[in-house]
Amino acid sequence: MADYLLMMVTAIFANNILLIRFLGLCPFVGVSTSLESALGMSAAALFVNVLASTISWNVYNFLLVPLELEYLRTVAFILVIASLVQLVEIILQKVAPALYRALGIYLPLITTNCMIFGVAVLNIQEKHSFMETIVYAFATAIGFSLALIILAAIRERFALGKVPAMMSGFPAALITAGLMALCFTGFMGLGQ
Amino acid sequence: MSRIVDEFTKGLWKEIPPFRFVLGLCPVLAVTSSVSSALGLGCGVIFVLMVSNTLVSTFRHHIPSKIRVPVFIVIIASAVTIVELMMEAYFYSLYEVLGIWIPLIVVNCLILGRAEAFARKEAVHLAVADGLGMGIGFTTSLVVLASIREVIGAGTWFGLQVMPKAYLGFELFQRPPGAFICLGLMLAVINFISLKTEKKGAAC
Repeated sequence: MADYLLMMVTAIFANNILLIRFLGLCPFVGVSTSLESALGMSAAALFVNVLASTISWNVYNFLLVPLELEYLRTVAFILVIASLVQLVEIILQKVAPALYRALGIYLPLITTNCMIFGVAVLNIQEKHSFMETIVYAFATAIGFSLALIILAAIRERFALGKVPAMMSGFPAALITAGLMALCFTGFMGLGQ
Repeated sequence: MSRIVDEFTKGLWKEIPPFRFVLGLCPVLAVTSSVSSALGLGCGVIFVLMVSNTLVSTFRHHIPSKIRVPVFIVIIASAVTIVELMMEAYFYSLYEVLGIWIPLIVVNCLILGRAEAFARKEAVHLAVADGLGMGIGFTTSLVVLASIREVIGAGTWFGLQVMPKAYLGFELFQRPPGAFICLGLMLAVINFISLKTEKKGAAC
């Protein structure tokens, strides 16, 4: 149990997936303009990340390894993720229309999110067990949500202040993210 | 002929990724702590972009538009697998340094973006020119950013000592926060230049 807890703290703070490992930056800058869309994106990412990691772990260990097709990892994972997102979209639309409306536009965006694919590959590279895979995917998604929500909250305040023309938009968001990353490096040494 | 030149050169300044198109940021920040890894990933991206643009454009009349995205992704993933296996075989130290970022070329929005926005509509020679231009533009951006970070952060360039021996290095620039701040400042400078030139153009 303590191992899993340590793994979660490491993945959320010390090795934050966005600010320290740079995975999943496209939505980080694109969606973080309002708190509401940041929350929607976080929920969708959490959901898909855990599912995608679990399924790709099984595909790798029970399909690719016995058939000695490890070199097809990249192709297999990207297909798993793309079809999974489609499937989740169809099922949600049918089963939980309210949730579908809330997550709707964020789901397709997630297909090309490097975080989902990156976490699936990291699980294989670091030789995680099945339970570790689930915990790791969950913790990275929480770390992603944390950074995304903090940045969105800060960027909402930008609307009130005066930002120079050349700094508005992406430059300001990136420098804010840099200062946030500086805070998160303070967690280094915590955990594994 | 002039069309080919246009498609090639637009990737070098007018639409240079990732500055004009803020796409595919993740590797830009992650591999630019040293110039050699930036150049290595850049070459991988050029290769994948060329292969995917060529194939997508060659088969553009045969790919049903409803399932085009999965088809594009499979083409890109195959090209990335080739790069991964080649690097592991011939450039092992680079392969170790880049690690997870080689398979992650698959989800680089720049490549899928070019297939979707350009290669699926245009003829093969134009798609090749576009891919080469965008790839070289992307690599140039990576190398410029990496040069700034490596020179300020460690006092070296491509592993060679360029600053005086007494310079200890401003380590922040090699760390993750430096990556964000450095890219943000570069974007601001490019915005500044384009704002200025646009104003000049309007005055004339």
